[in-house]
Amino acid sequence: MELFLSQVFSGLATGAIYAAVALAVVMIFLAIDHFNFAQGEMAMFSTFVCWAMLDAGVPYWLAFVLTIVFAFGFGVVVERVLFRPLHAAPVLSHIIAFLGLFFILNNGAGWVWDFTIKPMASPFPEGSFGGLMSYHQVGMVGVVLLMLALLYLFFRFTSVGLAMRAAAQNPDSARLCGIPVGWMIALGWGMASAIGAVGGMLIAPVVFLEPNMMLGILLYGFAAAIVGGITNPAGAVAGGFMVGVLENLVGTYIPFVGSELKLTVALVLIIGVLMVKPSGLFGRTTVTRV
Amino acid sequence: MAAESEATGRAVDPMRRIAGLTAGGWRLAISAVLLLAAVALPFGLGSFETFQITLVLIYAIAILGLNILTGFNGQFSLGHSAFFAIGAYTAAIMIERFGVSSYLTIPVAGLFGFAAGFLFGFPALRLSGLYLALATFALSVATPQLLKYNHFEDFTGGVQGINLLKDSAPFDLPLSVDQWWYFVTLAVALFCFWMAHNLIRSRTGRAIMAIRDNPIAAATMGVNTALYKTLTFGVSALLTAVAGALSAIVVEYVAPDSFTFLLSVYFLIGLVVGGVGWIPGAVIGGAFVLYVPNLAEGISTGLAGVLFGVIILLVIYLMPSGASGLVRLAVTHLQRRFDQDNNKA
Repeated sequence: MELFLSQVFSGLATGAIYAAVALAVVMIFLAIDHFNFAQGEMAMFSTFVCWAMLDAGVPYWLAFVLTIVFAFGFGVVVERVLFRPLHAAPVLSHIIAFLGLFFILNNGAGWVWDFTIKPMASPFPEGSFGGLMSYHQVGMVGVVLLMLALLYLFFRFTSVGLAMRAAAQNPDSARLCGIPVGWMIALGWGMASAIGAVGGMLIAPVVFLEPNMMLGILLYGFAAAIVGGITNPAGAVAGGFMVGVLENLVGTYIPFVGSELKLTVALVLIIGVLMVKPSGLFGRTTVTRV
Repeated sequence: MAAESEATGRAVDPMRRIAGLTAGGWRLAISAVLLLAAVALPFGLGSFETFQITLVLIYAIAILGLNILTGFNGQFSLGHSAFFAIGAYTAAIMIERFGVSSYLTIPVAGLFGFAAGFLFGFPALRLSGLYLALATFALSVATPQLLKYNHFEDFTGGVQGINLLKDSAPFDLPLSVDQWWYFVTLAVALFCFWMAHNLIRSRTGRAIMAIRDNPIAAATMGVNTALYKTLTFGVSALLTAVAGALSAIVVEYVAPDSFTFLLSVYFLIGLVVGGVGWIPGAVIGGAFVLYVPNLAEGISTGLAGVLFGVIILLVIYLMPSGASGLVRLAVTHLQRRFDQDNNKA
């Protein structure tokens, strides 16, 4: 029982990581109807920016806020410069452009900060609650839930949030109502990038900072978003926690999986959910007109 | 995408003659010249260059496989490294563990690839566009892990992989090992391209393309969309697995980390650079993904990835329809020049 509990709690902790990434994935999807394969690399790059500031002696929370601002601006710039010109191009061109960005960021970070593994500071104190979850893990879960709450308030109660929803759901009518749809998309990119950066800064103390840290996590983020429903931020967060717990329990109780086949679990999960319930557990089914 | 798929000279009147040759005649003449060049090539190059060109051909076969799936059937895949790995490991295990002749492993690898692709085609049926890209992305990220899995280690060699030794030229032919395998690869590649060309021009090919252009209309016309989509996935994986088997033999080594997500990305980039839905484009794409990363490495080792990323972004912006678009542009231009000269005369 104790093993079970400790596995569930540490699953929740890793789940918080996946939830943060899944939240960023959903944000982008709501804004542009696409998955961003460079999402993880954007988060990794922002995390390096934070690390560089901490290394230069900037206090943690100031660096944290500055990184979020940087990530937001970075997301907006990427959308304006790289993806705006492509917005009428076929999906394949988008995927290639995402991959190009992936290479640039991955190698760029390695070139600036080199490929050695770096420890990253945590804002939370050492120690743990009853040996089940460390303060950092609890803090991670808290931050993710806080982000979700803020997003909910933003979309539900602010006029910009309303405009963003309108731009995503029906761009033409939104444009007729005077909403700058292009800028709403850029805003979506900025927010997704900022959420990803928060995720990255929380993940780095756990997995250590290096340019390739995000690939496996991004896959889990996708899996979480798919499980929870790609159109639903709350669902994506729930999906993240579920994937984290499931991954741990499967690794513990099904002997032949162990820790070696963890990525395969994500693969099976993605395909399984897409086959059985393509809109995810909490997603809305969209009907297209022919 | 429909416009991209049209072969380069299709719009021309088939009986019209330019400089004494019809469009078909020109195509034949160009193919013959290219074939002669391909046969002569290894005799003018050193063994490393020959080895590299062999790799270009291998990539070309794999990209051809992806092109059939993506370019002609409209299904995305970021998971073709998995099928490439299946081909490579089938060949390596058969040669190393069971002592089967290298030549025999190539078709067997193709069959395994076909089976795997056909099976993966079933979940793919329910996914469209980016969801499929995502599922195949998961496949390619999971592949190296499965290959390293210690319960399969007796077969796959685990992290170390399998070392092979390639046969030298039979019948005392005056060819070096690299030249001989270049010609074997060339022969396999020609066969694959010929088959792909015929497949696309057949009734089946029209059904495959109809599904890409409008699945509902295709189904209404009596095309069994589910069957054709899974079969296309199978054929695509077959070609890629054949390429994988050739690569295992030519490189003489297979290891899990050669078949990462990055390999799938290279195939996809090669596809787009060569031209989506244009069969000869696969060779250009193959050359691009082999030489351009090396070129980037040559300019700056530290920034190779950045340069490569910038180059593929430039390709997307400057020639969105890849090499096929450039060729089409050149052909139209030459035709117009020819017409003008004629009118003057």
